[in-house]
Formats: sequence, structure tokens, C-alpha cells
Amino acid sequence: MRITFSKTVALLFACLLSISRAQAIEIIIDKGVEDPIPVAIVPFGWSQSANLPPTDIAEVIKSDLIRSGRFSTMSEKDLPQKPTDFKSVNFRDWRLLGMENLVVGQVNLAADGTYEITFRLIDVYKGKQIAGFRIPSNSKQLRKTAHEISDIIYEKLIGIRGAFATRIVYVTLNKKPDGTKRYALQVADADGYNPKVLLESGEPLLSPAWSPDGRQIAYVSFEGKNSAIYIQDVQTGKRQMVASNQGINSAPSWSPDGKRLALTLSKDGNPEIYILHLATKSLTRITNNAAIDTEPSWSSNGKRLAFTSDRGGSPQIYEVSVNDGRTKRVSFNGAYNAGPVYSPDDSSIAVVHGNSGVYKIGLLDLSSGQVTTLTDSRMDESPSFSPNGHMIIYTTTGASGTALAAISVDGTVHQRLALQNGEVREPVWGPFLNR
Amino acid sequence: MTIRLILITLLAMFIFGCESTTEKRDEVVVEDMGTSLEGEAGAEDGVQTYGAMDESLSGMSALDDPNSPLSTRVIYFEYDSSDILPEYRGAIEAHAAFLASNPDVNVTLEGHADERGSREYNLALGERRAETVKRQMTLLGASAAQIITVSYGEERPAIDGHDDYAWSQNRRVEFLY
Repeated sequence: MRITFSKTVALLFACLLSISRAQAIEIIIDKGVEDPIPVAIVPFGWSQSANLPPTDIAEVIKSDLIRSGRFSTMSEKDLPQKPTDFKSVNFRDWRLLGMENLVVGQVNLAADGTYEITFRLIDVYKGKQIAGFRIPSNSKQLRKTAHEISDIIYEKLIGIRGAFATRIVYVTLNKKPDGTKRYALQVADADGYNPKVLLESGEPLLSPAWSPDGRQIAYVSFEGKNSAIYIQDVQTGKRQMVASNQGINSAPSWSPDGKRLALTLSKDGNPEIYILHLATKSLTRITNNAAIDTEPSWSSNGKRLAFTSDRGGSPQIYEVSVNDGRTKRVSFNGAYNAGPVYSPDDSSIAVVHGNSGVYKIGLLDLSSGQVTTLTDSRMDESPSFSPNGHMIIYTTTGASGTALAAISVDGTVHQRLALQNGEVREPVWGPFLNR
Repeated sequence: MTIRLILITLLAMFIFGCESTTEKRDEVVVEDMGTSLEGEAGAEDGVQTYGAMDESLSGMSALDDPNSPLSTRVIYFEYDSSDILPEYRGAIEAHAAFLASNPDVNVTLEGHADERGSREYNLALGERRAETVKRQMTLLGASAAQIITVSYGEERPAIDGHDDYAWSQNRRVEFLY
């Protein structure tokens, strides 16, 4: 009882210490599309005469759209007018500037402290409203609301839901002056804001995986001097150990229904893939091969697992049917293909694609079997799709160390995600959260 | 055939080694008493070093001998390979023989990989390296129960670097007694 209490206190203390150590990531756009869509974002109106709203909604939207590499915007000083509703838009002014699209809006603060954000996306040439929404919010949710507006604008102008109102998880590594290392599991908004430390450890942390509802993260921790798999609640920080067998316990991947975890265990002699049924804690063995079988990744339809195996002599990607265990090799290009993750539509698998000691992010097309390389560095790994399938976030290592980057699946947009101090690795893009 | 011959020779060496250690342990008692009596007078007769020996670790002196093949505590591997290179066979035979003649002693084999490629595959590769060494040692007479394997994959590099030299030093199995 006393041990539990002191442990709780220690944990609380660790959490308090952690808050100050959360590290924000800055996203820098390296390359955007050749013909970005012009869209002007006008500062939103504000219901109060005094003060300013706690979040500049228009600024957040503008940053989202610019960082996506698919839009061009205008700086505030160049705006010909600052309308906040449809009827005060002077279309002629905007047409002269070639601004095809316009976003105007209003932030209202009610007497009870709640907020309401109204916005309109306007087609300047047609003089028509493309979308208009009224979204309830509160002072703490304003950034999220702004990201949701960005998602809608992206969807209306590009055709696919934006992924701005999502989160990413990543692992940071900091070396202290005495040479010891501190690992931290952190989550942040997709634009790098609001970083929060979920776990800090002096032992390695790896392989974070989001549950499909975005509420939990599974990961591997070496805090017990061997690999073990934990599931942690993102909101409360509560966690449970779900696998700690002899040998390796690694590579957790959630089933789309959130009820099962595919993972790699070597308790029966060598690394094999199992499915852990979370409610009953029972295990179903999926592979049975003397070679290395690891890195299971669940297809979005829940029917298949992609995994890495060197049963053919070198690491390659295989697919296994969850129901009948039927297995087939799916990668044939390149000496090394590993770390598979399905695209959200299951049409392709992002891989670490190695040839002659150079590792790039590749996209394996499942209908043709061909791998297209997306990146051009020498050591890239751990790809993760944005939930709309447009971007792949990954880790890149050069002479100066390890950093995060993101590339669009069509190769037209490239971003760098910079951390102020230390190394950052293993980014995993979280799911869409319910609107 | 050759391996068996070496093994027998090594076993003989270690049995001899253990006997001599036991003798030294007897001496320790005597010398220890002498030292404690003459503490202030002068402790520079140098025999005190034997006093540091722990009875529960009888036979461990062979591990501390820098000239013994047992002093090799790290062996290295080729890229994406868990094959034992010829230059490390002698060390593995020595460790196996040592465990065979010291059944109370355990060793942890820590498998590691270089940073290239995917982390999870490297975790599996580190384990396969450690397991390959373990299998070899059990074939040479060590008991599987004496050998614990753990893989850290690429997570604990011996050298923090992103070049060929760092990678060559990081693809390894460490013997931890």
C-alpha cells in the first residue's frame, strides 16, 4: 500500500517535471506544388469591443494552408478590404488580385463564456459561397476549431478531407551533459503546437502506435531491462503492460476495430507475429517460420496484416490473411524492404526501401508490385501516413543527426519538422478525430 | 573433432584454474588476519589484494585475466548477418567452456544492430545475433539455463555516429557476467 502511494507520488512528480520538458516541433515547408490554389484569409471579426480573442483563428488557418504546400495566401497588409461576412465582400477587388478564394468569419463570445465561430469559404469569380459553417467552441478549443476549419477548406478546394485537426506522436532523445540519455514519448498537434510528454525514461522507447479512436497509444519500453509493450491512455496518462515475455516484445499495431493488437514476440523461440485480443488477453499466433517475422501492420479493412520477413533471404514485405493465415510475398524490387504501413485506402504500402546501403521511403503499389521511391536522402525510415493519405511523415538521418520530415505521396510537397534540441524520431500520425 | 579437442583442453585449463583459486582463497584467510593486525604499521606488502576476492565468485579470476580469451566480451558482425566471424570462434569456445566448468555462473548476451533500416527489424536482428551465439555456446557444453539473451536492436549504440565505423562497432553481441 505504501509502495503504491509513493509510486503514485513519484509518477505525479515525474509528470510535473515533464510538462516543462515538452518540446515543440516547427514545421517548415521546403517545397510546395507548382500551381498553389490562391486563397485569402481575412482576419475574423470579434464580438467584443475590448481585448482580442485568445487565438487568432485566421492566422492558424493561414499557417495550416501554407504549410500544406498546396495554397498561396496574402499577408494582412496586402488585403484590399477586411470583410467579415458575405454581403460586405467587394468581389471586384479580389478578382483584380487573382484571389480565387476568400475566407471570412466572425468569432462571438457568449455571456456564458462559450464561443461560436462562423466562417464562409467564398468563390470570388462565381461570387458564391462554397461552404459556410457555424461551430461552437470554447477558449481552450479555439486552435482545434481553426484546424477543423482548415480541414473543411482543404476538402472543398482539394477534394479530400484535410488532416490539420489531428495529432502526431513521436519519440525524442536528449543527451545530458554526463552522457546519459533521456527518452520521451510526446504527442503534439499536427502543426507541432501543444507538445505533451506522455512518458520519460532513461531506457529506450520505440514503436508508438495510435489506437483507431486516438485515445490510446501502444509502445515498446525497455524500462524493465527488456522490451515490453504498454498501452497508455493519452488523456489520463494511465497505462498497462500488455506483453512482457522472455525475448522480444515489440511492434504493436492496432486492429481497425481497436479490439486487437498485432505484435511481435519471440517467446516461442524466434520472432513471430501474434494477435493479442485486448479484452481476454488471449494470443493467436499468425506466423510460424524460422526466419524473422516482425513489424505487423493492419490493413484499413482489418482483413490483412503486412509484415517484414527475411524468410526469402533478405527483409521483404509479406501479407497474411488474418482469417486463414494465407501468406504471400508482395515486395520484389530492391534488396531491402521493411517497416510496412498501409495507405488509408489499402492500395499501397509505405516501406523503408534499401538498395546498396541507401535507405529511402518507398511506396509499394499493391496492384503492380512496383516500388516508387519518394525521398532522396541516404537514411530514411519509419513512414506514417496522414489519415487522409496525402502525406507521409518519416524520420531522416544525416551527418548532423536525426530529424522528421514529411512528403506528399505524389512527391510535390516536402516539409521539414524541426525540433529545438535533441533528436526526434518515429513520428506516427494519429487518426481523424470525430467532428 | 578439432573443436572437441580444444574444448577438452580448455576444460582442463579451467579445472586447473579453479584449483589454484581455491588454494589462493585459503591463503587469503591467513593474509587477511595478518593485515588487520599490522594495519597501522604498514600495509604495503601487497598481499591484501587477495582479500577482495568473493567466495561466491570462485573461479571468476579467469574472467579477469586480460590474457584469457574470456577477456573478449564483445564480438562484432557483418551487415544484416548473424553469422559468427572466424576470429570470434576462440572467444565463444572459451566462454562456453567457462560456463560448462562453472555451472553456477550465468551470462547475459546482449544483441545489438546498427541504425540502418527499420527499428523493429533491427530488434529482431539483435536477438538473432544473441541467439546464434547462445546456440553455439550450448553446442560447446554450456547449459542453456546459464545464458540469457536480450536484444536492444539499434537502441543502444556503442558509438553515436552515422558512418561505417560507428555501424561496424554497433553490430555486436556483448557478454555480460
